[in-house]
Amino acid sequence: MKHKLYSKSLTGIKGFDEITGGGLPRGRTTLLEGGPGSGKTMFALQFLINGARANDEPGIFVAFEESPARIVENVGSFGWNVEELLDKKLHFLDARVSSDMVQCGEFDLSGMLAALAAKTAHVGARRIVFDALDIFLALLPDEASRRREVYRLHDWLLDQKLTGLITTKGAEGIAPSIGESLSFMQFMVDCSVVLNHRVNLGVSQRNLRVKKFRGSAFDENESPFVIGRSGFDVATACTVSRANENVTFERVSTGVERLDTMLGGGYYRGASVLITGFPGTAKTTISGAFAEAACLRGEHTMFFSFDSDGAEVIRNLTSVGIDLQTHVDSGMLRMVSARSISGSAETLLVHIKTLAREHEARCVVIDPVSTLAKVGNELTAHGVAERLIDWSKADGTTLVCTSLLDEMNGQLEGGTPLQISTIADTWIHLNYLVQAGERNRGLSIVKSRGTAHSNQVRELVLSDDGVTLADIYTAGGEVLMGTMRWEKESAERARHEIAEVAEELQRVSLDAQEAVLEVRAKSLQTELLAKQVEKQLLARTKRSREGEMTRGRSRLRELRGADESHELPEEQAS
Amino acid sequence: MNTTFQFRLFVAGDTQNSSQAVANLNEICEKHLSSDCEIEIVDVFLEPKRALEDGVLMTPMLMKLGPGPSKRIVGTLSKTETVLQALGVG
Repeated sequence: MKHKLYSKSLTGIKGFDEITGGGLPRGRTTLLEGGPGSGKTMFALQFLINGARANDEPGIFVAFEESPARIVENVGSFGWNVEELLDKKLHFLDARVSSDMVQCGEFDLSGMLAALAAKTAHVGARRIVFDALDIFLALLPDEASRRREVYRLHDWLLDQKLTGLITTKGAEGIAPSIGESLSFMQFMVDCSVVLNHRVNLGVSQRNLRVKKFRGSAFDENESPFVIGRSGFDVATACTVSRANENVTFERVSTGVERLDTMLGGGYYRGASVLITGFPGTAKTTISGAFAEAACLRGEHTMFFSFDSDGAEVIRNLTSVGIDLQTHVDSGMLRMVSARSISGSAETLLVHIKTLAREHEARCVVIDPVSTLAKVGNELTAHGVAERLIDWSKADGTTLVCTSLLDEMNGQLEGGTPLQISTIADTWIHLNYLVQAGERNRGLSIVKSRGTAHSNQVRELVLSDDGVTLADIYTAGGEVLMGTMRWEKESAERARHEIAEVAEELQRVSLDAQEAVLEVRAKSLQTELLAKQVEKQLLARTKRSREGEMTRGRSRLRELRGADESHELPEEQAS
Repeated sequence: MNTTFQFRLFVAGDTQNSSQAVANLNEICEKHLSSDCEIEIVDVFLEPKRALEDGVLMTPMLMKLGPGPSKRIVGTLSKTETVLQALGVG
């Protein structure tokens, strides 16, 4: 296809515009079907409001079922400010059929369409919604006339070049006779969207599916959606391009000094961290330390506590020197006890996203994330975890999740029902080591993408002063922790002390020996000197005696008057 | 009974349903409502605003403005008895 068949009209509904690649087909008709309470009216109204507000496309809402006043009232809690748009860019037409109206013979929609055409021209409408068309169709006597009116409406919409949205109840919610015209409408429209509302194991789950979209690619799968605080929110898996944004080398502290070292500087900003462990292995403590560190850096932080009340978490963490109350008071930290939030995994996700967005959180803690799998059906929970991580990445939010591993599936580390461990960037595992009658906490890093990390198991020590990690000893192939580590440490200390003393002793004795030798060296030197003097004396004596003898012989020769040549006959004789 | 019936009939141009409704109303007035009938015919194609004002969505639509409470009958008025009943005459 070289050119686009037609452009699209953004609905402003989170997720839906992504699924359809831009919204509803512009200038065409879309059929939205769904059972009672599935959110059709809201979807339709949101489409109009977005058109009016964001795209400067005024809209008309034709209400067959509910009175316009009630519709406006019903969406009052979403903060859409409908009143502000009313009769300016958003127009309602009350098309309810009064109960006392008598019906006699055939009739058609041309009156309304003529009136609407006038109104459209007058207000410059670009979008129109026919809400609950099935109510009107039910008044028509036979299939032929229903079909005729549907055609009439469709032709009129095309003629007016309006982007139309027709909502009807789903096939199961209406009489079979009208069901026929409904299926006929399915063929006629260019785009068809189905909303359903199922209860799965007691948990409500809403889904949206695009059934057809002529001339456009779309996501064909059912996507869960939630009617949240600000309206419709369709869950979509993040597109690849979005997920690649915001990759950073910035590190954020884990709040535990030695853990930072183990991770080569901390978690990556925007990373998703999973902390798994059995109950009581200090998962909350590690995540609390992270939250405190984030607050101290001045980053807005959100702490979702699914297991216990926020105040309880704060109290419990105070006992290990983590002070969250200060940050709650300063508004830096927001604790949400999510026990108050009920609903499917999808609902929780939307709540998490909305609250985090409201708080402008840069760091989010979810304790534990396994709750997501508990309340929803596990099939969608996996998708939820994936979307949670996608969302945090796209926003550059650093996400720390804890996940409970019960003793049963704990053996297969990674048996987390959410399968979150495969998509998390960093996975820290906490476990107990029972040894010599003690239970000690061990911390190890199972994986940490893109960071050098320690392969060592460390002992997690909780004390009044905070959370620290201690080296563990390995002895005889066994890992020593707790008291045994302490014993080993003190034994080590004792050995060190003994060695020091021995060294000192040796030094002293060597000093003594040195002194003795020095003394000896001195006396020997003195002796040497004496000997030298004696030797000199001896040499001198000898020399003087020789001199004496020479002089004596000369004198003798003088006295004898002997010749020089006759020197020594006497000498020899003597 | 010597009251004057006041009617306003909304039609959509000269479509089949509308033409039939006009014919049927005239016939009913002549045959069953011996007294005078004031009939105003409003073509929604020509005066769409009046349709909006009166909240007329389906055509043809007959409004009885008097005597007594106002009444609306939608359709071609093909069944005389139903119409008369609705008008409180039959």
